[in-house]
Amino acid sequence: MAAPALLVDNLSVEFQTRSGVVKALEGVSFNVAKGETLAVVGESGSGKSVTAYAVMGILDAAAAVTSGRAVLGGLDLLAASKEAMAEVRGREVAMIFQNPRTALNPIRRVGDQIADVLLRHANVTPNAAPREAIKLLETVGITDPVRRAKAYPFELSGGMCQRVMIAIALAAQPSLLIADEPTTGLDVTTQAIIMDIIAERASATGMATIFITHDLGLAAERADRIVVMHAGHVVEAQRTRDLFAHPRHPYTQALIAATPGHTSRLAELSTIGGNLPDLRAAKLPACRYAARCPRKLAICDSSLPSIDPTAPEALACHNPVSSPPMGEAA
Amino acid sequence: MKPEPLLDVAELSKRYALQPSGSPIARAIRRLRHGPEAVPKLHAVDDVSFTIGRGETVGLVGESGCGKSTLVRLIARLIDGNEGSIRLGASELTHIPAKRFASVDERVKIQMVFQDAGESINPRYTASDAISDPLRRLRGLSGDALRSKVEEAATRCGLPLELLSRYPHQLSGGQRARVGIARAIAVEPELLILDEPTAALDVSVQVVILQLLEKLKVELGMSYLFVSHDLNVVRLLCDRVLVMYLGKIVESGPAREVFANPAHPYTRALVDAVPDAKRPPSGRVRLSGEIASPIDPDPNTCRFVGRCPKAESLCRQAMPRLQPVRPGHQAACHFSSSGPQT
Repeated sequence: MAAPALLVDNLSVEFQTRSGVVKALEGVSFNVAKGETLAVVGESGSGKSVTAYAVMGILDAAAAVTSGRAVLGGLDLLAASKEAMAEVRGREVAMIFQNPRTALNPIRRVGDQIADVLLRHANVTPNAAPREAIKLLETVGITDPVRRAKAYPFELSGGMCQRVMIAIALAAQPSLLIADEPTTGLDVTTQAIIMDIIAERASATGMATIFITHDLGLAAERADRIVVMHAGHVVEAQRTRDLFAHPRHPYTQALIAATPGHTSRLAELSTIGGNLPDLRAAKLPACRYAARCPRKLAICDSSLPSIDPTAPEALACHNPVSSPPMGEAA
Repeated sequence: MKPEPLLDVAELSKRYALQPSGSPIARAIRRLRHGPEAVPKLHAVDDVSFTIGRGETVGLVGESGCGKSTLVRLIARLIDGNEGSIRLGASELTHIPAKRFASVDERVKIQMVFQDAGESINPRYTASDAISDPLRRLRGLSGDALRSKVEEAATRCGLPLELLSRYPHQLSGGQRARVGIARAIAVEPELLILDEPTAALDVSVQVVILQLLEKLKVELGMSYLFVSHDLNVVRLLCDRVLVMYLGKIVESGPAREVFANPAHPYTRALVDAVPDAKRPPSGRVRLSGEIASPIDPDPNTCRFVGRCPKAESLCRQAMPRLQPVRPGHQAACHFSSSGPQT
């Protein structure tokens, strides 16, 4: 296999808080290939965004990376200097955020904000930048781009702002795009269009995409492969079709069974017992799903199967759901 | 078919007057040239009629800005409409101004659960205070009677009693949602309006809350008006669905049938936008363009015309009215009677 676009290996992140150290990520490993769309799914607090922020080097000051590496084109992003990261961000890796209206600068015209990235990262001359910015607006499907380039974010709809963010992210043709809940808060009709644009740009440029979402249905539709996270661990990774046909981790199975869309009756949806564990606990069990897991064994408290960061599949479970499991809800 | 509806909304409209644009001088010149200028109006809800039967759950779907929230606020009598009637059982509610509605008996009968309980509950109220408030104000309870009613509502909603002394920020998202629901059902309303009650919740919590709502409806014999933009949830929870576009209801009918066989091109686009791993995104209907302006729209043009893949010249000459496409299923489209596309 070709070298992955990004390899995350054994990433751990801790937050210092007034009430103790929060182990937000522990031993997170996964990879994304060139041209691949990888979805990272999980509930709030699972560490999806922290993973992305760590890779981008934009973690909060209270956070510290305590182990691991994130290799992009031979460079370990976690060990890179500030100056090196400033070159990588925007040029090699770009990120789009949830709620585009707050992520854009509210007091600058959107055309200028795109031009900024072009000038900084894409070897575009100051004379050509406005014209290039308008071209980019066109590629993300904004009608009347000449006029819209002069607009401020508040003058544009949410879907329009997200297109501008995508235009900014793609300005320097990065090799990796990280999209953190890019369509949360948008209407489904707009969501479909935004996801189409991301997919279209990715296939046009061969860019790898990591998109973070809590919406399993959206991941199922859009991703080649899915990584499932729970409480700061990667619990499972599989090709999308296989994951839904044969979920192996009990948490994945429970998550699929709780998602509306696959059933016709409310009573058929299953709930997931228990809550996320307290990540401050000094003595967390080895498997952080153990307390909620119907298939828990004694060994689950003391050890967790390790994950091969370079493999396309991953499973961190001692007692996985046996292969054709459809229907046997926990 | 249905004996007598609980809620009967007829020809309801709400328009907001806007400031005329331009400087005073520009406006004076315009007045000289064109005569007295009309104040532009935003048509938030335009000639909406529907009913909700007793024990029925009706879903209301549509994009942001389509007037869902305004319609819901009109029915909850938080704001006054311009025209139309809202009948709840035997009483006409539009005769009572929204300002006075809080002090009439009907207030008890219509209650509302808001989107994010973390933001809609007073942060300085404990869970117990939040649930007590409507009981005290609307039912006049106090002392032991109040406490027992609060505990009853909390128990019904699966909220452990030891959490009653906590403030919203000390509760999880699911627990806050339960407080928001307990607050609304404590006074035993006949109609419960749910405005995206699970939009802020994770799927695992969402299931629990949806199943709780289903249970409460049966136990307390309530009717629901359920606003959501998650079509999968609406399909599971609702008997009937209303699809709204730019202030108008463009389609209504049994939820399953509407989603399986949408008759209006807008509903088709909504259904096609729902993520579905079994159908590739290519080949589905996508809406181009942005939602049109709700300010003084042309009364003789279909509101959907700028984005509609089926639009023809007729759509710019006559506003389509809701017409039956199948029993109990209506759509407002000139071309819906030709049946659903394949």
